[in-house]
Amino acid sequence: MALSRISSRSNGITRPFSAAFNRFISTDSTPITIETSLPFTAHLCDPPSRSVESSSQELLDFFRTMALMRRMEIAADSLYKAKLIRGFCHLYDGQEAVAIGMEAAITKKDAIITAYRDHCIFLGRGGSLHEVFSELMGRQAGCSKGKGGSMHFYKKDSSFYGGHGIVGAQVPLGCGIAFAQKYNKEEAVTFALYGDGAANQGQLFEALNISALWDLPAILVCENNHYGMGTAEWRAAKSPSYYKRGDYVPGLKVDGMDAFAVKQACKFAKDHALEKGPIILEMDTYRYHGHSMSDPGSTYRTRDEISGVRQERDPIERIKKLVLSHDLATEKELKDMEKEIRKEVDDAIAKAKDCPMPEPSELFTNVYVKGFGTESFGPDRKEVKAALP
Amino acid sequence: MLGILRQRAIDGGLAASTLRRTRSALVSARSYAAGAKEMTVRDALNSAIDEEMSADPKVFVMGEEVGQYQGAYKITKGLLEKYGPERVYDTPITEAGFTGIGVGAAYAGLKPVVEFMTFNFSMQAIDHIINSAAKSNYMSAGQINVPIVFRGPNGAAAGVGAQHSQCYAAWYASVPGLKVLAPYSAEDARGLLKAAIRDPDPVVFLENELLYGESFPISEEALDSSFCLPIGKAKIEREGKDVTIVTFSKMVGFALKAAEKLAEEGISAEVINLRSIRPLDRATINASVRKTSRLVTVEEGFPQHGVCAEICASVVEESFSYLDAPVERIAGADVPMPYAANLERLALPQVEDIVRAAKRACYRSK
Repeated sequence: MALSRISSRSNGITRPFSAAFNRFISTDSTPITIETSLPFTAHLCDPPSRSVESSSQELLDFFRTMALMRRMEIAADSLYKAKLIRGFCHLYDGQEAVAIGMEAAITKKDAIITAYRDHCIFLGRGGSLHEVFSELMGRQAGCSKGKGGSMHFYKKDSSFYGGHGIVGAQVPLGCGIAFAQKYNKEEAVTFALYGDGAANQGQLFEALNISALWDLPAILVCENNHYGMGTAEWRAAKSPSYYKRGDYVPGLKVDGMDAFAVKQACKFAKDHALEKGPIILEMDTYRYHGHSMSDPGSTYRTRDEISGVRQERDPIERIKKLVLSHDLATEKELKDMEKEIRKEVDDAIAKAKDCPMPEPSELFTNVYVKGFGTESFGPDRKEVKAALP
Repeated sequence: MLGILRQRAIDGGLAASTLRRTRSALVSARSYAAGAKEMTVRDALNSAIDEEMSADPKVFVMGEEVGQYQGAYKITKGLLEKYGPERVYDTPITEAGFTGIGVGAAYAGLKPVVEFMTFNFSMQAIDHIINSAAKSNYMSAGQINVPIVFRGPNGAAAGVGAQHSQCYAAWYASVPGLKVLAPYSAEDARGLLKAAIRDPDPVVFLENELLYGESFPISEEALDSSFCLPIGKAKIEREGKDVTIVTFSKMVGFALKAAEKLAEEGISAEVINLRSIRPLDRATINASVRKTSRLVTVEEGFPQHGVCAEICASVVEESFSYLDAPVERIAGADVPMPYAANLERLALPQVEDIVRAAKRACYRSK
């Protein structure tokens, strides 16, 4: 298999690298079958096979995209420390396999909604680095024109519904989007992502009950990174088997650091949801950063634990090993790719830094779709007021 | 004896002609078309939802008992039979969950009409109303709009006690991104609910349980399926020149009764029915106060930080030099609602309270 592809690979070497997000070294889509690292654990359903259909193209794409996500989050860390990003900044590095595996299993008609750790999901849905960094720095070119911030990225044309700051609220909202998909007979599903901290929220169970009663195509995805802010899962949940917490709703526990396991599970879940209603996926994952940039992340977990996961389970390292073992690229090519990604990220940051902040008049836009010319006021209402369009 | 009879006839005649004048004043004050039909507020709301569901397949109804039970207050009567279970959804008693689902459905382009059995229960879902619905269009810079209506009875009913009697107008009307409407008459109910359902923004629609059964004359125009009232415009229910009384919902009826009593004492009161708490029609209120120079605001809810407080502030800020008297507020008592009938009556504004405040504003108190 490796020998027959050497020629196409050498074509790949001479082809210029593209700065565009979606282009690959090789357009070779020879099928490859990957075994997931761990078996799936199932609740009230038969787990899918550990053999995942993939291709060389997909493997390289996984590597590239996850490396891009990783670099983006690390760059955001630096920008936050440089005070160019303000307020809250929740980073996703370590969890990239969930975002990438999910995208590989679904289409842009399927919807995703998540909480505030949303930068990489937004990128996976087709958002650009420029939109990400502009929004983080509160500039006009941001995906929410600078008015949302880190926690409020949206991309409606790709069925990405945010970006939510209130823990747990996104789950009923996601079930509502699934309701609309069923109402409109769209044959699409919604993935509502939440953390192990949010898994104990009452509204989650309320929404799950209704979703099960009404057979909504809702897939609840618990990104279990084992810490709800600073509280370990065993201190917050009497039962940390989140995939079983749906009781009458089937569930699957997935190695969230294995992009292929995630892809297989999401494909399985989509088929299930379209036919039989809601299902829960628990992604066993890990975040290297603390809860947010205000949290060092080392007061409630040991540095050994963090470095242990990085050594044993890093999702990008896993893909890198697969790429190398399948002879899809050399170490040097991958390093060059990472260098190119670094430049891509640096360029996007520079471009975003040059982008202007929103006009003062934007303070008063988008309060309503239809404002009927009603008056809105600034702090000194006799000094600053506007008619809402 | 004949003399007495004649006197009575004269008195009867005078009383009768006064009565005629009063009735015609009432009719003209309501400014409905002549030969008008009558309709209860309940039927007005039901017909509004029915027509909007018929016109737009994206409109659907959800809430507790809205379907098979025909509606806890029968507002959604007949809708399940007419439109089927794919348009009318009975929910479990889980406000946080079903409100979130409603808002999510609106994110995806549907037009939910979510019923709260009373707005007291909306507190269980208030995070979704405020953080998920009201703020989304702004946070997403226009990408995600939320065309949802939250409706149900608001404020005091009769003898339902502290946890079931609160008015939420002030709470919701303080939030940018929400629209808050409060109908009084059947025409208000039809026109405002139809406008709310068609509106692309989240609307909190505050009804009143005690008004559901009340009948009002309704014009042919209001009965038409395309009828709609503008959002953000108050209605002058009764014109006057001595004092402006501003209020909403059930208190409009009380204010009109108060205006009658004041008229007997030679005080001509202008009664404004807000119809819209947010946007607030400051222009109409201020124009009226600039005409009368006196303001009495009335609401059923708690007085501190209430709707009346906002109206008073607006008038003092914008029409200070026109005021001839301090602004007056009549509101619910600053206590949780008691159960005993006499205490409940003391906790709510009565017609005599409005009359007294108006006379105070006219420097005519006893």
